[in-house]
Amino acid sequence: MTEPVLTFTDRGIYCPAGDFFIDPWRPVDRALITHGHADHARDGHRRYLATAAAAPVMRYRLGDIALETIAYGEPRRIGDATVSFHPAGHIPGSAQIRVEVGGEVWVVSGDYKTEADGFCEDFETVRCHSFISECTFGLPVFSWDSQESVAAEINAWWRRNADEGRASILGAYSLGKAQRLLALVEPEIGPILTHGAVEGTNGVLRAQGYALPETIQVVPETDGKSFAGPLVLAPPSALGTPWARRFGPSSTAFASGWMRLRGVRRRRAADRGFVLSDHADWAGLVDAIRDTGAENVFVTHGYTDIFARWLAAEGWNAKVVPTEFGTDEDDDGAATSSDTAAA
Amino acid sequence: MKDFAALFTAVDQTTRTTVKTKALAEYFRTAPDDDKLWTIALFSGRRPKRAVTTTQLREWAAERAGVPLWLLEESYPIVGDLAETIALVLPPAAEETDRPLSHWISDLRALAQVDIDVRRDRILAAWDQLDATERFLFNKLLTGGWRIGVSQKLMTRALAQATGQDEAVLALKLMGGWTPDDVTYHGLIEAEDASADLSRPYPFYLAYQLDDPPETLGAPAAWQAEWKWDGIRGQLVVRGGEHHVWSRGEELMTDRFPEFARARDFLPDGTVIDGEIAAWDAEAVMPMPFNTLQQRIGRKTVPKKLLTEAPVLMLAYDLLEDGGEDLREAPMADRRTRLEALIDGLPDEAPLRPSPRIAFDDWDDLARQRATARDFRAEGVMLKRRDSPYLAGRKKGDWWKWKLDPLVIDAVMIYAQQGSGRRANLFTDFTFAVWDGDTLVPFTKAYSGLTDAEFRRITAWVRKNTVERYGPVRQVRPVHVFEIAFEGIQSSPRHKSGVALRFPRMSRWREDKPVAEANTLADLKEMLAAYG
Repeated sequence: MTEPVLTFTDRGIYCPAGDFFIDPWRPVDRALITHGHADHARDGHRRYLATAAAAPVMRYRLGDIALETIAYGEPRRIGDATVSFHPAGHIPGSAQIRVEVGGEVWVVSGDYKTEADGFCEDFETVRCHSFISECTFGLPVFSWDSQESVAAEINAWWRRNADEGRASILGAYSLGKAQRLLALVEPEIGPILTHGAVEGTNGVLRAQGYALPETIQVVPETDGKSFAGPLVLAPPSALGTPWARRFGPSSTAFASGWMRLRGVRRRRAADRGFVLSDHADWAGLVDAIRDTGAENVFVTHGYTDIFARWLAAEGWNAKVVPTEFGTDEDDDGAATSSDTAAA
Repeated sequence: MKDFAALFTAVDQTTRTTVKTKALAEYFRTAPDDDKLWTIALFSGRRPKRAVTTTQLREWAAERAGVPLWLLEESYPIVGDLAETIALVLPPAAEETDRPLSHWISDLRALAQVDIDVRRDRILAAWDQLDATERFLFNKLLTGGWRIGVSQKLMTRALAQATGQDEAVLALKLMGGWTPDDVTYHGLIEAEDASADLSRPYPFYLAYQLDDPPETLGAPAAWQAEWKWDGIRGQLVVRGGEHHVWSRGEELMTDRFPEFARARDFLPDGTVIDGEIAAWDAEAVMPMPFNTLQQRIGRKTVPKKLLTEAPVLMLAYDLLEDGGEDLREAPMADRRTRLEALIDGLPDEAPLRPSPRIAFDDWDDLARQRATARDFRAEGVMLKRRDSPYLAGRKKGDWWKWKLDPLVIDAVMIYAQQGSGRRANLFTDFTFAVWDGDTLVPFTKAYSGLTDAEFRRITAWVRKNTVERYGPVRQVRPVHVFEIAFEGIQSSPRHKSGVALRFPRMSRWREDKPVAEANTLADLKEMLAAYG
């Protein structure tokens, strides 16, 4: 029996034919990275390979790493494997990784979103035999309204707060979600202020040519009350802290897929919860998996047991793969103080 | 229903009670009378009768959504609410309508009159005309669980703002056995003689927890002390030849406790007594453990055997009405004197007796007596200012509960399960074990006591340290020691460990403690012998 194209080890997803790992969670010699979120792009590997679009953020976050870049769609030979990176629609630069060995094709989805958001590179379907898919929101209760209607809700909330003399403090993860929000709010409503963590990423992405509206970074000397009806973008962990109180009367909100659930909305104790995710909803996951044409589906990260059971009942050869994604800063809704609002 | 849905959204999206009250008051100023009446009914725990089973709703919703039933069932505990699960899983509505809340409720009540296929069609049609929030509320009405972050107190305050009436007067009007079928909004709220209902109890006065030393309360002579019993706080209302028993949650419990029918033989009309309902051990002259009383609480009709094994009575604290006169403004000491004059020396078959006062010389003396509370099956002592009136609700200053420190044991976490509702996708439900030689014996579950940050940290740990999965339950590596605090311990043949705890919760994460140093089953048995 031939060895599988990809195997699952305690360090992460491994390709024996190419002797490399994909998004490993312990230090390895060669790591292929789907995107820059910290639970996928970790410190301590000897060599990194990522898309050219993901590279600046990775360097910004991980410092001086040995990082090689690759263009979307460009095939590259590593040992006996051929790899290529394809847009995942999750955040700028995010990729699915296609691995082909002896004519057999496997794809690792990383995190992905199927709806085009007009900001990051649109998700691309990659045909394969085996698909390793995240399923953060793999339950039929998760379905997203169109980005347009969520944007209208957010703008209406901001406008009303501005009219009534309140700041609008929006908690969103500093890489990806925050910039997507910046791209969909209406800057003419008022000034946009940013937390340093958000502004750092803004700077990196602007330099790459991603279009973002003008923002003002909040620094220790900033007089928060001197702005009329500002929108304040900050990591969720900054909400409810002295940092957030400097803006005077305010309304708080989170933007996340988890806001679909009333229980989570109430636990986060913000005034509003906008349902906006950088992950696929139930229908998005099902369509994406169907479109790959894969027979074998390995699910990670999310409601894996339930989702795999549904896939199996629908005729897929589906298995659950344990991973350590989602325990750091991304989208798990529970793992850290900042993650819920990130999804 | 759009205005009601907007009210719900406004109330649900804020944590500030002032904002909630304002939104509700605005609704009470503008909504039609029938909708207002139903809103008051819903927020005071009066719901339309359930016309369909939740099983039927699940099946219809799964079918309509095009998902297998099991998938909807699996989603339910994660969402934490069936009404919400169904609202979320259904496809978007095809049409839009805006009919008043009271119309939807009439429709819903009419379902009981039609056969099951028609019910199904009507519910599917309703789902197809309601937006997500309205649909959630409609499902809430269908399933009957109506807890949406507005207490009766908050609702009463909003109603007071909207009508200009006194909050306490309104609270009294809203008590009792009315339903939206036998009153109108005008009759209940606006009419002058709305207090005709003889069954009405008074709003309960609740004590605050005493966290500071009792010396901060001033002179001991100004205070009355009595045991804090672990039963059900209740009011016994005898008027017009009838009796009613109310729980503190303003639930009518008359039928559950038939013992109180005899109160009519001993108490004159126009008597209202506030006290603690307890299962009573006549031989030991003390209450039975709370889990004995618990067997009675769940039952609407009581089998004879249980009546003999777990008879209840009321340990009377206070007299609120005497000879039809409202005594609440009178000083507590005077009310107490009148209470004792009324019920002291009643024969044993009378279902009530005064809750004894504890005589004490100074605070040290009381502290010493408090330490013996478990010997009397009490949880601590109550302190009431002798000159205080009987207020409504939880008000600081005149009444304090001074509870015993809880019992504690250090235990090892062995199983974890995700929470639901507010705590969906966090691991919050844990099983704990103590050592019996080399094996860990589970003895309790606990769900509360940790901070949100601690719950998030343990959740991340559980994900990485799962040894085995049994459905939703994960066995984890036995590494973490937690201090479990609890209020009481009883022997229980139903539990592997042989004990059952009262109010167990995690009081401390003992990260300093190696797992080998957790407590043992022998320690637990020793506690059982001492306090059981």
